[in-house]
Order: sequence, then structure tokens, then C-alpha cells
Amino acid sequence: MIDFQVLVFYSFALLLVGAGIGVIVARNPVHAALFLVLAFFSGAGLWMLLEAEFLAISLVLVYVGAVMVLFLFVVMMLDINLDQLREGFWKYFPIGALVALLMVGELWMVVSGRDVMRTGQGLPPAAADASNTREIGLQLYTTYLYPFELAAVVLLVAIVAAIALTLRRRKGTKYQNPAEQVRVKRADRVRMVSIPATGKTGE
Amino acid sequence: MTSYLSLLAPAAPEIVLLALVSIVLVADLFIDDSRRMTTYFLSQLTLLITLLVLVAAPHGGPVYTFHNMYVDDTLGRALKGLVLVAVSLVFAYSKTYAEQRDMLKGELFTLMLFSTLGMMVLISANHFLTLYLGLELLALCQYALVAMQRDSARASEAAMKYFVLGALASGLLLYGMSMIYGATGGQLGLQAVAQALAAPGVDHGLAAVGTVFIVAGLAFKLGVVPFHMWIPDVYEGAPTVMTLFVGTAPKIAGVAFFVRMLGEGLAPLSHDWQQMLVIMAVLSMALGNITAIAQTNIKRMLAYSTISHMGFVLLGILAASQQGYAAATYYSVAYTLMGLAAFGMILLLSRAGFEAENLDDFKGLNRRSPWFAFVMLLVMISMAGIPPSVGFFAKLSVLRAALDAGFTWLVVVAVLLSLVGAFYYLRVIKLMYMDEPVDQAPIEGDLDLRVLLSLNGLAVLLFGVLPQPLLALFDHAIVQSLR
Repeated sequence: MIDFQVLVFYSFALLLVGAGIGVIVARNPVHAALFLVLAFFSGAGLWMLLEAEFLAISLVLVYVGAVMVLFLFVVMMLDINLDQLREGFWKYFPIGALVALLMVGELWMVVSGRDVMRTGQGLPPAAADASNTREIGLQLYTTYLYPFELAAVVLLVAIVAAIALTLRRRKGTKYQNPAEQVRVKRADRVRMVSIPATGKTGE
Repeated sequence: MTSYLSLLAPAAPEIVLLALVSIVLVADLFIDDSRRMTTYFLSQLTLLITLLVLVAAPHGGPVYTFHNMYVDDTLGRALKGLVLVAVSLVFAYSKTYAEQRDMLKGELFTLMLFSTLGMMVLISANHFLTLYLGLELLALCQYALVAMQRDSARASEAAMKYFVLGALASGLLLYGMSMIYGATGGQLGLQAVAQALAAPGVDHGLAAVGTVFIVAGLAFKLGVVPFHMWIPDVYEGAPTVMTLFVGTAPKIAGVAFFVRMLGEGLAPLSHDWQQMLVIMAVLSMALGNITAIAQTNIKRMLAYSTISHMGFVLLGILAASQQGYAAATYYSVAYTLMGLAAFGMILLLSRAGFEAENLDDFKGLNRRSPWFAFVMLLVMISMAGIPPSVGFFAKLSVLRAALDAGFTWLVVVAVLLSLVGAFYYLRVIKLMYMDEPVDQAPIEGDLDLRVLLSLNGLAVLLFGVLPQPLLALFDHAIVQSLR
């Protein structure tokens, strides 16, 4: 008799693996991005099972809500030529297959001989009033303070690098300067031209 | 309050550096493009202050803080000090070159400073998480620096290769770390991992597979065969100032990573990683030295020479003895010294609108400037490992460590391959002294560049004549750190 939790675990896990395969085999990049969304959702479901509610919800909010939407925008804006990308697939296939086989072999070494299908007792149940957010916050700001701050520095560097690589003033780019637009005088826009009368008005 | 400060105190150099870089970052926004040299001086001041904090802090024995994630020991201090000096030299060498090529932006300095912070974090890390974060901080800045010259197709291609392979290496590293985490029952601190791995009943198969991935990731970062593919392209494609930066100080941090990770955390598994390192060391020395012969571009030649030097570094590490680790760190410092001088020389010979990238540009250097031809001669004999130069003692100490560990055949192979390598270093000397100059332009270059480069070259000779203080320092530091 499989209990309900195990059933839920396996359905989410299968969904996750299926979505992961979908990401790499989908021909259309937009479909691939949507498969990734599905993978994140299934991952969040697994975390829910582990009673990590805060992480599960933030995974959905941050990755699905923000990152993947941005990702989809980028994928839709880029004109990706898949045929060009797939060129040379068969040329690199043997070496790729060899690497994949090696990885599978190594994974087999890890998995074989171990009782991986065993379902353990699971984690001890948390107290009813335990707050996920509070516990994570406590860990982050005490034990893991140093890596946490370092991660902040890495993000700062990412911002600096992204701006340094993308910001530049091209010559001939047209842009608006609202301050100048507001301060504009009639004399800047309208030129009074006196056109001499030619004497034919009477006709 | 005081207890809290005493927890932060061991990490004072990193904290000071971060605070000062942030100031430089903001101050740079208010500096006009034509006065960019101000940023340069601010950056040099930042390095100087950090160095002073590092030297001035009280010291005795290893001090652990931040829940054992950070360690302050002699090894860390010595390497951090050397990294700071090396980065300062990089700044001094590159400012004119960067100015002439319109690359003198504030980000050039701030990204290099952030990268320096990453190296310091890496050197002082005592936990898998901090090792990884320091490495990412270091690497992220480097990707951006290589890509900085956006209109150059070569630089963009190099940056792309570097970025994709670097990300892959990080993935391998993390995958390996997760396996070690599983095998040790949830340990990530270096000492805790070592203890858990040494305990009976540990899942050795799982830990060994994890080690394979970790060593592969590390090898990518250091650039040893078969994970070397990015090195020649990045060295050749990146602007020379970036090559100078990528190719020097980070090597010290990389070797520190090896020593901390393998020498401390994974020490109980030394039999597993020793075999991998033997293969990588032999392949690196062979491929690096033999391919370098065929190069006509000096940056590419030096890239292959780096690969072979990193093979020698591995020779020290795979001895898995304190002597070996000390020799490997000494080698990385010696290499950094030589690399700074070699790439500095390329910068000196380059001028506005001209890149001295080819071996032919070194022809007849003796006619144009006997002094700098002599400095380059020192660097080349040092890279070839001919006495009396720092390169000779570096090679000698790693070979001795490998010999003491019982790898006699490996030492023989290494010596033979370094003989092969001597060919292309000596060819540069031949070009400088026996050929007619192709390029007749006088050697110009700022006074500070010429003085520092001369001192750098002389240091290669000085540490060769008096190798003992530095060697003794690392011997002492390693003994203290890896008790």
C-alpha cells in the first residue's frame, strides 16, 4: 500500500523529469520556456511536500512570476533560427553521447548497490506553529551571514557588469530630453519668414 | 557590541576592501570622462589601504569566524598580500594602454577590485559555500572584463567561450559538492568534511564520484588539460590588459582553492584525486609545451605556457604532502611574478594603434632597448626554469615534492617536457638578440610603467638568488594551516 505522500511525490517527480526533457527537446523555444515553467511548478510542489512552504511559494513567485516572464519576453523578441542552431548536431553527437554515457555510468556507480527506492521515515514533523520564514531568516542572518552578504556582492557585481556592457551612447541615436522639451521657447520652433508680396494679389 | 566586533575583526581586510570599492563605485559616477585618472588613483589607494589593514591586524595562529566559514591564517595573509600587490601592478601597467584604446572606464577598475575581493574571499574560505561564492565573484568580474571591448569580435567571442565554459565548470563543482554533502551526512565546512570522510563507514563510492566532479570543476578554473580549451582563446582574444589581469593574480587564488579544497577538505580521499591529478599534470605539461612551439602570436604562446605551468603546479599538489602544497603555492606566486612581467612587456611595446602581439614584434629588441631586452631575457629564462631565477626554484621545489612522494617517473617526464618548453622561451631570446628589428619605433611608455616593469623583472632574479625567505614563509604557513 503506497501512502498518499509517496504517490504525490512520484507524480510531481515524474512531471518534473518530463518537463525537464521537454525543455531540451521542444522545437519551439517558447514551448521550451513554458516547459521550464512547468518544471519550476513541479519543483515547488516537491518542496511543499517537504514542508518548505516559504521556499515553494517564493520559487513560484520569483521564478515563474518574474524571471520566466522576462525570459519569455527575451525568447519572443529574439529571432532564433533553430535550423541554424541544430546544424552540426550529428557532428557533435558522438562526443556528446560519450560524455552522457560517462555521466550515466558514474551515476550508476553512485546508485547501484544502494537501496534508493527505500522510503525513509521522513523528516520529523515540524511543530504546528513553526514559521518557515522565521527559521530561514534566523539561519540566513546568523549562521549564513557571511555567504549571504557575499551573494549580495555577487548581485552588485552583476548589476555593474550588466550596465557596463550594455550602456553606451551611440552616435545618431534619437532620444527625448523632457527638460528641454518643457523649456522650449517659441523662437526655437517657429521661424518667422517674411515673404515679400509680389504685387499679384489684386488679380 | 565588542564581542560582535571581535567576530568581524579577522575579516577586516575584506570588509575594508568592500567598503572602499563601493565608495570608488559611487565616486566614479561624479568624475568626468577626461579626469578618469582620478579613479585610477582612488583604486590604487583602495588597494594600499587594504594592504595596510591586512599587515597591521594582530596575528597569531589561525582564527576562525563567521561560524567557521572564514579563516584568517598565515597562508591566507601571505597570499592575499601578494594578490593585492599583483593587482596594483596590473593597474599600473594597464592604465596607459587602456587610455589609448578608450577603455579607461570606471568599471575597469571597480570590476577588477571586486574580482580582487573575490580572490581574497576564496583564499580565506573555510567552507564549501564561501569557496564557491568567492570563485563566482572572481569569475563573474572576469567574464565582464573580457567582454568589455564590445566592438571587438575577438573579445566578444573569447568572453562568450569563457562564460559558457565557466558556468559549466561551476555546475560540475556544485554537483560534486552536493555529492560530498550527501556522503558526509550534511557537512560543508572543510574540517568537518575531512573528519566525516575519515570516519569509518563513510560511503566511499559516493564521495569518490563527488571528488571527480570537484576536481574537474577546479581544473576548468585553473585551465589544465583536458579542461584548458578556453585559455588560448581568452588570452589571445581579450584586450592585453584583461589578459594581464586574468592570467596573473587569479592563479594564486586558484592554487589556494586547490590547497584548501583538496589538501584540507578532501584530504582523506587523496588516493582518489592523486591519480586524476597525475593524468592532468602530464597532459598539461605535454600539450602546453608542445603546442606553444607552433605559435606565432606571443599572447597565445604565453597561454599555452600557462597551461604547462599549471601542470607543474599540479605536480606539487598531487604529492599531497605539506611540502608539496607549499611548493605549489610558491610556484603560483612565482608564475604570477613572471606573468606580470611578460604581459607587462607586451603592454610596454604596444602603443596607440599598435599591438605588439606577434613574436616578430620582439625581433631586435636589444637594438631598440638593451635594458628591456634584458628584463625580458630574465623573464624568459625564469619561465624556462633556468637558474638563477625564481622559475628555477619553483620548478625545483615541486619536482622535489613529487619525488619525495614517490612519483619518480612523473618527475622524469616533467623534466623532459620542460626541456621541450625551453625551446620556445629561448627562441624569444634569440629573436630579441640576434634578429634585425622589424618595428623601429622607439620604446615609449610612462615612467612608472618602465620603473615598475624593471623592478618586476629584477624581482624575478632576486627571488631566484634568494629563494629562501619566500619558500620558508610558505612552508611555515602550510604547516600552520593544515595541521
